[in-house]
Amino acid sequence: MTTVAVKPATMAQALTRALRDAMAADPAVHVLGEDVGTLGGVFRITDGLAAEFGADRCTDTPLAEAGILGTAVGMAMYGLRPVVEMQFDAFAYPAFEQVVSHVTKMRNRTRGKLPLPLTIRIPYGGGIGGVEHHSDSSEAYYMATPGLHVVTPATVADAYGLLRASIASDDPVVFLEPKRLYWSKDTWNPEEPTSVEPMGRAVVRRSGRSATLITYGPSLAVCMEAAEAARAEGWDLEVVDLRSLVPFDDETVCASVRRTGRAVVVHESGSFGGPGGEIAARVTERCFHHLEAPVLRVAGFDIPYPPPMLERHHLPGVDRILDAVGRLQWEAES
Amino acid sequence: MTVMEQRGAYRPTPPPAWQPRTDPAPLLPDTEPYRVLGTKAADRADTELLRTLYARLVRGRRYNAQATALTKQGRLAVYPSSTGQEACEIAAALALQERDWLFPSYRDTLAVVSRGVDPVEALTLLRGDWHTGYDPYEHRVAPLSTPLATQLPHAVGLAHAARLKGDDVVALAMVGDGGTSEGDFHEALNFAAVWRAPVVFLVQNNGFAISVPLDKQTAAPSLAHKAVGYGMPGRLVDGNDAAAVHEVLSDAVRHARAGGGPTLVEAVTYRVEAHTNADDATRYRGDAEVETWRRHDPVELLERELTERGLLDEDGIRAAREDAETMAADLRARMNQDPELNPLDLFDHVYAEPTPQLREQRAQLSAELAAEAESETGSASGPQEGGHR
Ligand SMILES: Cc1ncc(C[n+]2csc(CCOP(=O)(O)OP(=O)(O)O)c2C)c(N)n1
Repeated sequence: MTTVAVKPATMAQALTRALRDAMAADPAVHVLGEDVGTLGGVFRITDGLAAEFGADRCTDTPLAEAGILGTAVGMAMYGLRPVVEMQFDAFAYPAFEQVVSHVTKMRNRTRGKLPLPLTIRIPYGGGIGGVEHHSDSSEAYYMATPGLHVVTPATVADAYGLLRASIASDDPVVFLEPKRLYWSKDTWNPEEPTSVEPMGRAVVRRSGRSATLITYGPSLAVCMEAAEAARAEGWDLEVVDLRSLVPFDDETVCASVRRTGRAVVVHESGSFGGPGGEIAARVTERCFHHLEAPVLRVAGFDIPYPPPMLERHHLPGVDRILDAVGRLQWEAES
Repeated sequence: MTVMEQRGAYRPTPPPAWQPRTDPAPLLPDTEPYRVLGTKAADRADTELLRTLYARLVRGRRYNAQATALTKQGRLAVYPSSTGQEACEIAAALALQERDWLFPSYRDTLAVVSRGVDPVEALTLLRGDWHTGYDPYEHRVAPLSTPLATQLPHAVGLAHAARLKGDDVVALAMVGDGGTSEGDFHEALNFAAVWRAPVVFLVQNNGFAISVPLDKQTAAPSLAHKAVGYGMPGRLVDGNDAAAVHEVLSDAVRHARAGGGPTLVEAVTYRVEAHTNADDATRYRGDAEVETWRRHDPVELLERELTERGLLDEDGIRAAREDAETMAADLRARMNQDPELNPLDLFDHVYAEPTPQLREQRAQLSAELAAEAESETGSASGPQEGGHR
């Protein structure tokens, strides 16, 4: 990233700042959800918003996800830009019908007359020792639903930039927050936030020549670590951070794979029916003649998210990524 | 006696500071549905309003018959008739001001048309050419909702947003008796009550959810009783009495506009015809029941009232029917025209900007259509010219 590094900040701080700036810039932006007001959200992402903008702009709702999202639909119909907080990944499921049947379809069924500019923030993924229903990676469900943008930041700067872009979008966005990165620090200049780029661009976080790791959100840090570890053994890995799952940046991903000839997709959610299958298929369709090996997936197992004392066995770690890279039959180039 | 004092009522032991927020008694619905026609209350009814309601009801009845006929001709994929329920549909819509919003479900085409939506555009969902044929903002009518009760929270959100902006806009949300069992019904009523949102919920209790009768749907004394638990008034009205529906709805709309919060109205009515043209109603109900309700027909109730009071004669009745015939002829003629369709529109309204993936797929369909056109006509006229069916 070209951001001027000033001081380390956490992803949580960047998200709060993005919400605050969006609310200050546009009175139509309203935040609503469970505990988002006085408490500032269970992860404190909405901290201070109710105090600054009032309970009408940052609203503690009754405890009902379909109701939160359903009322947000009506608010958006009346010209507001609601930003909805779902408390945890698995608690967004009661609202899933609203997502699928209305949020994603309203523009389409009205032939463009009724667009819905709303953002659904969902803390997702594991690695924080949460009990069951607190660690799901639900991105595949949202990816499979046309009419939604699905984005997920992996860096502090992206947390800010992507959230601003999501709120500014005239279409509904599922904004997936990797909750284990909330407190990770990164260099980011909060005084001069990154420019708000359009959604839908992947970025090469590390360039390399021998294989591409394609990843996003919580797995980026793991892939960067794996790439470093691989270097010691003479492997030169490129790492692509997707940032946006829908729309999907075929261009950046394929350009990388054509350069390296090999690819591994890395994510936490299960591999069967998961995002990796889609990505591997796209890469194979577009880069078949450049591939030296099949596109591999390193993903969570196809099990319900495990209890916290076992989650480290489920989550893709550095070793599992290195194993996969080895299976690409990569031969050391001198 | 309030609900809390009833024998066997749930009585929490309150913590010291706890106070019930409202005395539930004024929230409770009457035990009998409210009626105007044929009662003393009719004396104070506005005669102009009664005449208007009558003309609209006769049209509504004819519209239902015409739309049902169009299903037999294959012009509509399906039509859920509201025959027998015209009073609810029309009197409710007429209780709204122009700036108010209607949130209908799939059976509520008559309410939609009563708001001024072009009858043909109101039928696109059922014809199958586009889901919502009308611009929701033009007449402030949300798309007809097919998943039950899911449009109710939208009504709450819109009414809430309007209130936040300082507009005195009311939302009317319509749902069937079966729809009251859905979770979204509960969530919408709860949000509306907590936010004191200017919403009126109208349940058209027409006796059945497809084949399931009300007593298998709920154990509540009435659907209007459900209001009490949310802290809003519940009102029970004879849904076949257009004057009563109009009065109760108007009261509720006024109450909401004045900041009094939401009301739940249950209109007791009956679905005289089958659920849709695809349903066989003889499997779940007998003719006798249907006949009883036919004798309590909304159009006849109003016709009798107006005739007895000298406000309507044979000429008036004939005039209303002729007007309805004209409407039906026009609807028939326009529905018999094939809609102009461009399949490439499918890609234009998924996102504000199509994704790269949709652009590719659009190009694919475009090529397919060009090839199709070429093989059909020998010419290479593109899909943009001339409509496709
Ligand atoms: C969420 C959902 N579940 C099931 C259906 C299928 N369905 C369509 S109409 C209907 C019955 C609805 O009955 P009611 O709410 O009483 O309305 P009515 O048809 O009587 O007007 C059912 C089950 C649906 N449309 N939506």
